Amino acid sequence: MKRLLSKKNLAILLGILLLYGVIQTLISLGILRTFHQVNLITICISVIMAVSLNLITGFTGQFTLGHAGFMAVGAYFSAVMTVKWGVFFPVSIFSGAVLAAVFGVLIGLPTLRLKGDYLAIATLGFGEVIRVVLLNTKYVGGAAGLFGIPRLVNWTWVFFAAVITVVVIRNLLWSSYGRACISIREDEVAAELMGIDITHYKVLAFSVGAFFAGLGGGIYAHYFYGLQPGTFGFMKSIDYLVMVVLGGMGSITGSILAAVVLTLINVVLQQFSAIRMILYALLLIVIMIFRPQGLMGSKEASLELFRKMGRRSGNGSLGSK
Amino acid sequence: MNMRKVLAALLVMTFVFGLLAGCGSSGSAGNAGGSAGGAAAGGAEETILLGVNFELSGGLAAYGQSKINGLKIALDEINAAGGVLGKKIVLKEYDNKGDNAEAVNISTRLMGEDKVVAMMGPVTSGRVMASVDVAKQFQIPMVTGTGTSAGITVNEDGSVNDFVYRICFIDPYQGTLAANYAADTLKVKNAAMLVNQSDDYSIYMAEAFKKTFEEKGGTILENSTFVEGDLDFKAALTKIKSSGAELIFCPNYYEPDALIAKQAQELGYDGYLLGGDGWDNLDHLIKTAGADALQKAFFINQYFPGDTTEKNQNFVKKYTELHKDAPPSFAALGYDLMYFVADAIERAGTTDPAEINKAMAGTTNFEGITGSFAMGENHDPIKSALVIGYTADGQYKVVEKVQ
Repeated sequence: MKRLLSKKNLAILLGILLLYGVIQTLISLGILRTFHQVNLITICISVIMAVSLNLITGFTGQFTLGHAGFMAVGAYFSAVMTVKWGVFFPVSIFSGAVLAAVFGVLIGLPTLRLKGDYLAIATLGFGEVIRVVLLNTKYVGGAAGLFGIPRLVNWTWVFFAAVITVVVIRNLLWSSYGRACISIREDEVAAELMGIDITHYKVLAFSVGAFFAGLGGGIYAHYFYGLQPGTFGFMKSIDYLVMVVLGGMGSITGSILAAVVLTLINVVLQQFSAIRMILYALLLIVIMIFRPQGLMGSKEASLELFRKMGRRSGNGSLGSK
Repeated sequence: MNMRKVLAALLVMTFVFGLLAGCGSSGSAGNAGGSAGGAAAGGAEETILLGVNFELSGGLAAYGQSKINGLKIALDEINAAGGVLGKKIVLKEYDNKGDNAEAVNISTRLMGEDKVVAMMGPVTSGRVMASVDVAKQFQIPMVTGTGTSAGITVNEDGSVNDFVYRICFIDPYQGTLAANYAADTLKVKNAAMLVNQSDDYSIYMAEAFKKTFEEKGGTILENSTFVEGDLDFKAALTKIKSSGAELIFCPNYYEPDALIAKQAQELGYDGYLLGGDGWDNLDHLIKTAGADALQKAFFINQYFPGDTTEKNQNFVKKYTELHKDAPPSFAALGYDLMYFVADAIERAGTTDPAEINKAMAGTTNFEGITGSFAMGENHDPIKSALVIGYTADGQYKVVEKVQ
């Protein structure tokens, strides 16, 4: 109890509440209008997706291209529950996330014996299977998509969903489970020699990541009015992978920073249709040249980091290479 | 060591934001008339700000690009003739990448931030469907030139979406027209279908064709399906040929249908082929299938570049000069879209979105290059269509005008 209410935790809690309060006040004062809210919510969804993907790819070292597939499972299942079965929407979003986690286990068990490129291809295949199944399922609208989902979530719901995602994944990583995951990334053979059940931890990371991807999908479904299978193609997985790599593989705050930066860049580029993709790619290349390890590397922006700035220290990071 | 890394990170960040700021300022300078003039209260008196939310990059960019090309020709003509209500029209255009969330984002930006009086786009059905609720929320009319899915204007429960319009015909309507043509003009009794199962465009058209064709006393002998990316249709075509069908209905896009035409000819099939406006790519069909294979092929379309009206000839001339190519339907619909919105504002006599909305709903006789139409009570236009065939030397010819 004492540890839970330490000065540091209280400071973080206060910071989160302050951020929420400030933005909520600005919204109710009408300073942040609908357009700003759309982007705030896009940022939060990206944070959920990027942080959960970072758990799998950045911390556990499993290169996956199927994250949009889990998102699709969560999105479609929660939308069907809300629209067709009339379930209260937080319940359906949660159920969508659970189903995505179940898929995470189902996919994880047979494929996680694969490594590197092979795993990437297998997960890519999984994402495509999900998309094609949805495409051919009349019940969820097939290729035309599922529309007419009411916009039920608002800034409050989405913000706290993102906070919960970050807190849960952060605490998981800073526990013995997380250290086991990181040891798998560093050296699988060595980790196994130390008595770590590699499959167990891989599947764990995979299903927790899938759970939160499903959560992100559920929120997407309940904010953007409609779903189409095409939205959850393999490019969507790449978008989130870019955020993880750009922010720094193995840095949660890096993923958050990248989600914010990339969403804002995207908004600015909306009006430059002709050179939009070139500018976007150019920015990524420039950042990767100057920061090959990503914006944050494997460091976390924490209270300690700010305190230790200027002093030599390696303690601010977790399992840095 | 650590300090250096932090410094490097800071440098990169400054660079990124510097570049962004640069883009931002150059953008607003380029669109000075649009963003600055439109947003400022004084400027709004001199210009009318319209929003464009198109698929200009990504997989659907080809459609968005040709549509905006057509649209801009109309815009130049309107502004050269003195604008609407004595004011010049200024466009605020954004690219939605063909992404639904992005389309919602941009619709919100146009209606909530830029305060446009009406929005044009998006180009394709999914994006339009996603934006419908935004238009309802802000009570600003939006018109799509090419979103053909039935659900855009009419909900499942039969209610009509206020503030949402289109100026093209819908997928099921094309299927119905095709069935009428097959049964009444071609006098076909037995038909087959070859349908792309992964595209709702094809599925809806096929359903409507089957329904109308059977009502007219015809029989569908074979209903074959394929999925996106299939290249070999010989198995299905052999089956269709041996079933004795006199006509194959192919409501797909031009890539598979060109192959179907070619392979049907190779197998010695000598019945009719019938398609929808997805066939609107003369070059591709002629190059892939050859004019010989298309002598008994027809498709339903809303636009024929060879149409001899003065309006159309003028458009074709301008488009060909600018883009070195004959205008596709999407460009013609973009041209009509611009004129339709301008016409509605003119008739409303004001730039109040609610009045423009009423004027759009009350359109009785709009004359465009894709045909003249009245706006139906479902916010779908009631317009005629063309049945287009091929000449022996590989050109389009209009076979019939159907209603």
